[in-house]
Amino acid sequence: MSGTSATEYICKCTSACAGCSSSLILRHVLKAAGPDTVLVVPACCTSVLQGVWPNTAFNIPIYNVAFAAAAAVASGMAAAFESLGKNTNVIAYAGDGGTVDIGIQAISGALERETNFLYICYDNEAYGNTGMQRSGSTPMGARTTTTPGGKTHKKKDLDRIIAAHHLPYMATACSAYPQDLVKKVQKALSIKGPKFMHILAPCPPGWRYDSSQTIEIGKMAVKTGLWAMYEREYDNLTINGPTKAAMIKPTPLEDYFKMQGRFSGLKEEQIRTIRGEMERNLRMLKAEAEGC
Amino acid sequence: MAERERLAISRPKEGACGNTGTWRVFRPVVDKEKCNSCGMCAMYCPDGVIDENYEIDLVFCKGCGICATECPKKAIEMVREGNTTSQ
Repeated sequence: MSGTSATEYICKCTSACAGCSSSLILRHVLKAAGPDTVLVVPACCTSVLQGVWPNTAFNIPIYNVAFAAAAAVASGMAAAFESLGKNTNVIAYAGDGGTVDIGIQAISGALERETNFLYICYDNEAYGNTGMQRSGSTPMGARTTTTPGGKTHKKKDLDRIIAAHHLPYMATACSAYPQDLVKKVQKALSIKGPKFMHILAPCPPGWRYDSSQTIEIGKMAVKTGLWAMYEREYDNLTINGPTKAAMIKPTPLEDYFKMQGRFSGLKEEQIRTIRGEMERNLRMLKAEAEGC
Repeated sequence: MAERERLAISRPKEGACGNTGTWRVFRPVVDKEKCNSCGMCAMYCPDGVIDENYEIDLVFCKGCGICATECPKKAIEMVREGNTTSQ
C-alpha cells in the first residue's frame, strides 16, 4: 500500500479470529507509526491474541496492563520518554470496554494533563474477548449474551465526551478504509500533545456475520451514516469524504442491519430511534463543520 | 539481589500462536491470469499473510475469505479444504 512501509510489525500470526478487523487496524497502525513505538494494551482482545509466554507475535515493545489503567500507564511512559529526551511514540490501544466503560476516568485524566500520547479505541461494540457482553458502546437493539432480547439503551456518545477536553487532534476512522486510517495515524503522531482516535472494528463472531464480509460491513456502516468519519483539530471539524457522501445520499439503514445476526430482533420503533439519533448526530456535525 | 530467572517477558517469534492455517475450512486459490496486482488483497488481509508477489502463506492463512470478497477482478476463489479438483 502506498504511503506506508512494507515492514510488518506483527509476526505471522496472532490468534485473532479469522476475519478480525482489529488485527487489520493494528497492522496498519503499527506500519504508520514505525519501529520507534511502544504499545500499551489494557485487557481486551489484543491482550489475549499475542501468543503464550515465552513467545509473542508482536515485534514491538508492548506493555499489558490492568483494564482501567491504559491511559494512566501511557502517561507515565510518555513522561519517562520526555525526561530522557526521546521521541518514542506512545500508543494506548484499547477496546471499547476499556475506553467507554472501565478506562474512561484514566483517559479523561490523561487528556486533561495534556500527556503526549495517542489513544486508540477500536470499537467492536461489546466485550468481545470475554464472549460478547454488552458494553456502553453497544448500539440499541443489538443482541449480546447479556442483552439476549436486544439492548434497550442507546450507544454512549464517546466522541463528544472526548471532544469536550478540547484536545489538539481527534479523529474517527473505520477498518474498511485503511488508507484513511494510516493518514490519520501519521498526522496524529506528528502533533505534540494528547491525540485520540475512535475506530469502528466489525467483529465476525460477535456481530454474527460471515468472516469474509468484514470490510463490506465496515463500508456499509459508513455509507448509511451510522458511523461518521471526521477529524477535529482543536475545535475545527473536518468531515471526511465518505461521510459527506452519506449525508447527501445515504444507503438505507435496513441494509446494514440485515447483514448482521445481532440485529435480528430489531423492532420498527428501535430503527426509528436509531435513525433519529443518527440524523441528529450528522446534523450537529454538519452545523459544527460549517461553523454555525 | 539475585536476578530473577523467570521474567514475565515474551519474545517475538513467528508461529507464537501455532500454525493458524490449520483453522482453515476454505483455502484461497489465486488465478494469476486474472490478477492485475492491484494489492487490495494484501492491504485488507488482517494477518498480513499475502506477500508482495501475491503468494498466500497457507501455513498461517486462517481462510477468512476477505481477499476473495474484496478482489476487484474476482481472481481469488475460496475452495473447500480437502477438495483436490482445483489447484
